[in-house]
Amino acid sequence: MITRIWQTLTSGMSKYIIVRLLQIILVLYLYMTLVFIILEAQPGDITDIYTANPKITPEAKEAIKEQLGLDKPIYERYFNYLRNFVTGHLGCSFKWGNISPTPDPVCREQRPTWDLIKERLPRTVVLFLTYTIVSFYIGFFMGKLIAWRRGAVIEYLSTVVGVTLFTVFTPWFALLLVWLFAVNFGVVPIGGFINPDSWTNIRQVGSVDCSIGISCSNVVFNHLLLWLGGLTLFWGIVYLWSRRLPYAWQKRAVRWGAVALGLVLAGFFFGGGWPGEVDRVTLARDTKFQFFIWHFEFPAGTIPLFPLALDFVQHMALPILTLTLISFAGTMLLMRNTMLETMREDYVMAAKAKGLPDEVVRDKHAARNALLPVVTSLIFAIAFSVDGGVFTETIFSWPGMGQLLLLSALEQDYPVAIGALVFTGIFALIAHLVADILYAFLDPRIRYD
Amino acid sequence: MQAVPTFKPAEPIWRVRLQLFWRGLKSSWAMFAESKIGLTGLGIIIFFAFFGFVLWPIYPWLMEHIAWTPEELEAARNAPYGAISSIYQVYDPVVGYDPLIPGIENPSPPSRRHPLGTNQFGRDILAQLMASTSSEFMLGVLAAVITVVIGTFIGAITAYYGGFVDTFFMRLADVFILFPLVSFLIVLGSMIELTLIKLAFVLGILYGFGQITVILKSQALAVKVKPYIEAAKVAGGGHFHVIFRHIIPNLLPLSFLYMMFNVTGAIFSEAALSFFGLLPGIKVSWGIMIDSAHSGGYILGGRSFQNWWLWMPPGVAITLLCSAFYLVGRGLDEVVNPRLRKR
Repeated sequence: MITRIWQTLTSGMSKYIIVRLLQIILVLYLYMTLVFIILEAQPGDITDIYTANPKITPEAKEAIKEQLGLDKPIYERYFNYLRNFVTGHLGCSFKWGNISPTPDPVCREQRPTWDLIKERLPRTVVLFLTYTIVSFYIGFFMGKLIAWRRGAVIEYLSTVVGVTLFTVFTPWFALLLVWLFAVNFGVVPIGGFINPDSWTNIRQVGSVDCSIGISCSNVVFNHLLLWLGGLTLFWGIVYLWSRRLPYAWQKRAVRWGAVALGLVLAGFFFGGGWPGEVDRVTLARDTKFQFFIWHFEFPAGTIPLFPLALDFVQHMALPILTLTLISFAGTMLLMRNTMLETMREDYVMAAKAKGLPDEVVRDKHAARNALLPVVTSLIFAIAFSVDGGVFTETIFSWPGMGQLLLLSALEQDYPVAIGALVFTGIFALIAHLVADILYAFLDPRIRYD
Repeated sequence: MQAVPTFKPAEPIWRVRLQLFWRGLKSSWAMFAESKIGLTGLGIIIFFAFFGFVLWPIYPWLMEHIAWTPEELEAARNAPYGAISSIYQVYDPVVGYDPLIPGIENPSPPSRRHPLGTNQFGRDILAQLMASTSSEFMLGVLAAVITVVIGTFIGAITAYYGGFVDTFFMRLADVFILFPLVSFLIVLGSMIELTLIKLAFVLGILYGFGQITVILKSQALAVKVKPYIEAAKVAGGGHFHVIFRHIIPNLLPLSFLYMMFNVTGAIFSEAALSFFGLLPGIKVSWGIMIDSAHSGGYILGGRSFQNWWLWMPPGVAITLLCSAFYLVGRGLDEVVNPRLRKR
């Protein structure tokens, strides 16, 4: 029994995943050490910001240092730092007050950093996941097409547009899009995460009483995140499984069936038809909702979840459009290059000589093989795009990790800034790991190194 | 009896080297000139270099002789409030103002004395644009040079020695590839005052240990197994000699290529950080110009297109300069990478 488990673990895919996992843990450790070293290398400490304040005496400064553990030797601080990240004690925010009805045992009226990060990470994940998938697919599709029709006007046009979008100054471009779509046309909200007018009347979501207000959006948002992630996972598994089926019509039937099933289930949930009361929202009084240019009103009482979910969707539309426009160009240009190289290969010539239709040669023979370098570049681009989210989130006031990082850095809220920095890195690392595993599925050669 | 062959006196070695170098440069240029995108990029870079380093120092003098009439100069020297003593006070990018334009009329549209208008504080937009061009250039090139020096050196020694050195630097490169650079710079910028030079060093070091090391190491591995490296070793060359005289010169074309892409990244980071006000050490920059247009409400206000001169020039300048270095990189790619050449 044990030998069998050992054999499964040390062969092929599982071995690859385990090795990658260990490497990622090592890289994570190196990253955290590096952040610690660079931050320690800065002159002075936290009490320096009180230098000009006569009310903070030297004794008070010493007390602050002792309270924060800054008087301890450096190795002890380093171990404390590592231990705190493993146990989730990231300190208390200097600026954010506690909003939960029960005060935190450690931070009292201040808000714990971990609490802030826990609230904001899902928002960044949703934004990031959606636009990565959309922009990757569009880039792949466009690159494939323009390489296949080499020399056409569309190739030059899309290359020029691609290079411009690839190098455009992100905050500037985002501001122009906000001006165009939100100010000029007025079809999307200017920014933010929810429309506060619609959310103030909500008393209860499912069995969760959220009369404080802010946590309501988190409950609904977590539902949205779970459905988004769950459906993606379900469709991915069905897709992989259906590849084993012998006939094309069977594959098609299974895949479309899974899509329909997922959509119907999601429709039942957000439409209020789910068994139990998890998806019912209690409104205190009549409330107006907006979805892009459509306005609709619900009377007081219990209503389904979908108007609230649509509120998120309309706020996400413009950030996702911007991020997609900025990042699909890189994928498109790379896909075009690798596709041009693949099209010269002998097997493409052979496929054409066999008399296969043009689309089959393009999609099944050339594009499938040209995909690999593009996925590699996606793995490298992940860190960059997680990082670049800071700009987009700030311009669109999307309250995610990036905005938290920038705001806390500007307000010198160091515990939150450092916590957000380390968690941005961890998020990038995990995304990297997922992309690596996907890559191993795509390219069997690297599993057997 | 055989005829004794007569030898010509050998050419000095430096002249042979210079000739070889010149020949290599000419053939590379011929290949580079074939690609339209590379030439376009080079043209844009030369334009910006001219703009920032030649035109900017003489700009106030030029405006004094072309745009200002003697009466206007006289009026500006005797203006009741804020009289100027020299023309440089008008075209200062940080504190300049035109005494002939009343404060209430700022931002003023493009005119004879201000070809791109003034912003809401009365600063000449073209002067700001030129002043930041030169500093962006220096920052980008300095950061890229530091990156390439580190990357080439580390790439060469990791490939040459292998073993522990290799493992260590490759794992370190993994960290730097995934490093959230902008987030890190934001946190760092809130803690210490980053000047242009410091920023260039931080960017150069953080880029230098990252992806470029991996790319140059793989190239150096291909160089390492070439016969001339063996020959150099057999002839008694030490490690130092082999690395610096034989491996690194063969990495330089690829290093130069990646330098171009790094310039883009450095310029972009500087503009982004100064846009969010995290570089208090830098007083004038394209990012600050966009920020002041945005915070004055001239981008998201309803009248964006009436005030185009406030936000259009800096955004277009950043995009153009970044894409120019990218295009030159793409052009060089065709020289360095034989697979991409037209057949």
